[in-house]
Amino acid sequence: MASMKKITGIALCALLSTTNLMAQQKDTTDLLSMLEKEVAGDEKSQTNYTTATFKTTRLINGHTVENVAAGVLDVKISHRFGRLNTGSYELFGLDNASMRMGLDYGITRYLMVGIGRSTFEKTYDAYFKLKIFRQSTGKRKMPVTLSYVPTVALKTLKWEDPNRKNYYTSRLYFTHQLIIGRKFSEGTSIQLMPTYVHRNLVKYASESNELFAAGIGGRQKITKRVSINAEYYYQIPGYRLTGTTNSLSLGFDIETGGHVFQLHFTNSRGMNERTFVSETTGLWEKGDIYFGFNISRVFTVGKRRR
Amino acid sequence: MKQGILSAAFIIAMAGTAAAQKYYTKNGSISFFSKTSLENIKADNNQVMSVLNAQTGEIQFSVLVKSFRFEKALMEEHFNENYLESEKYPKATFKGNITDMSRVSFATDGMYTVPVTGDMTMHGVTKKLSTTGTITIKGGKVSAVSKFFVKLADYNISIPNLVKDNIAESVEVTVSSSFDQKM
Repeated sequence: MASMKKITGIALCALLSTTNLMAQQKDTTDLLSMLEKEVAGDEKSQTNYTTATFKTTRLINGHTVENVAAGVLDVKISHRFGRLNTGSYELFGLDNASMRMGLDYGITRYLMVGIGRSTFEKTYDAYFKLKIFRQSTGKRKMPVTLSYVPTVALKTLKWEDPNRKNYYTSRLYFTHQLIIGRKFSEGTSIQLMPTYVHRNLVKYASESNELFAAGIGGRQKITKRVSINAEYYYQIPGYRLTGTTNSLSLGFDIETGGHVFQLHFTNSRGMNERTFVSETTGLWEKGDIYFGFNISRVFTVGKRRR
Repeated sequence: MKQGILSAAFIIAMAGTAAAQKYYTKNGSISFFSKTSLENIKADNNQVMSVLNAQTGEIQFSVLVKSFRFEKALMEEHFNENYLESEKYPKATFKGNITDMSRVSFATDGMYTVPVTGDMTMHGVTKKLSTTGTITIKGGKVSAVSKFFVKLADYNISIPNLVKDNIAESVEVTVSSSFDQKM
C-alpha cells in the first residue's frame, strides 16, 4: 500500500513537473505578448501624430501642411520655363525661364520661416508657417492638420510711372492662408487652402484690393518615392483682376534621399502666393502651360529637438 | 501518506523555483549602425520588450519599428516610410533559444558567452539568425548583450541606386537588455 502511494506520488510529481515545463515554454511567448499588449495600451494612451502627409513643404506652387523639421534648412530652387505654345522657335518655352531661390528653416516642430526671391517681377517674399493642429490618433484624436501661412511679397520692379507720387507701400502684397490637410492613407493626402490676398495698389479704381480664393490640392503616391500632385485655386468671382484665370497645376514629386524633385505643368508663371493665386493669366486649353520644377535639398544645421 | 506530503512539498518547491526563472524588461535597447565612406547612420530604440527564460533558455524580443530615433528627421521619415514601412509592418521580433544554457550560472556573478539561434522577423520577412551573446550576472541582476550584422536585402529592404553609396548593405545591430523584472 505504502509502495503504491509512493509510485503514485512519483508519477504525479513527474507529470506535474512536465506540465510545469511545458507551461513554462508557452509562458515565455505569453509573457512577451503580455508585454506587447501593455505597450500597445501605453501607445493608445499616447498621442500618435501623423507624419509625411506630403513629401515636402510645397505641393506645386503653393504650400502644403508640411513644415521642415526643427533645425533643418531647406534650400529650394524653382524654375518655370516659358509657355509650351510658344512653339519650336522658343523650344516650347525652354528658352525662357523665371526662377525663385528660397531658404526655409524650421525653428520648432510647429513653426518654420522662409524667404525667397523671384526673378518674375523682381519679387522678394517672406513668410512663416505655423501648425495649429496636427492630425493624430490615440489619446488626442485630430482628423486634420491645420496650418496658418501669412506671406508678404515685395515687388521691386522700377515704377511704371516715375513721375507720379509713388509710395513704398504700393510695392507690398499680403497673403493669408489656412491649410487644412488630411492624410487619408499611406498614399493619399488631400488639403484645402482658403486664401486671402491683399494688394495695396491695383491698376484701376474699379479693381478690388482684396481677393478671396479657395484652393484644393492633393497627392497620390504611385510608388514609395514618387507621387502625382494636383493643385487648383479658384478665385471667388467679384474680386478677381480683369484678364486673370484660375491656377491649375499638375505634377510629380520624386524623392531621392535628401532631395525632392518636383516636376510640373502649370498655367501660372509666378511662384509666390499673390502671383499664382491672383495674377495667373494662362489658359490650359490654349496651351498657355508652363513646364517647371522645384528642387528641395535639406541640410540638418541645428540640433534636433525631441 | 507521509511520502505523499513529501512529494507535494517537492512539487511546490519545484514550481516555486521554476516561477522565479523568467526575466523580462520593457526598456531594452536596440541600435543599428550603417557605415559607408559617405555617411554613417545610427538609430536607437530604448523601448524594446524582452523575455529570458532561465530554465529553458528561450529568449525573445519585440520592438515597435517607429520608435527608432535618428539624428536627422528626414532619415527617420524615410526609414519609416520607404525602408521598413512601419505602418504596414509595425513590429520586429526575435524568438530564439540560448542553446547552451548550462554554461550560465544565475547564482554566480560573471559573464557568460552563449550561442543563440532563432527566427528574426521584420519588414514582413522571417529569417533564421545565429549569433553569440553575452549574459552578465551581477548581484542577482541579469543582462544580455549581442551584436550581429543584418543584410538588408535578406529582409526585402531595397535601397535605390541613388543612395546605394550612403547606406551599408549590412548594418550592425546591437541588442542589449537589462532584465529589470522577474517572475
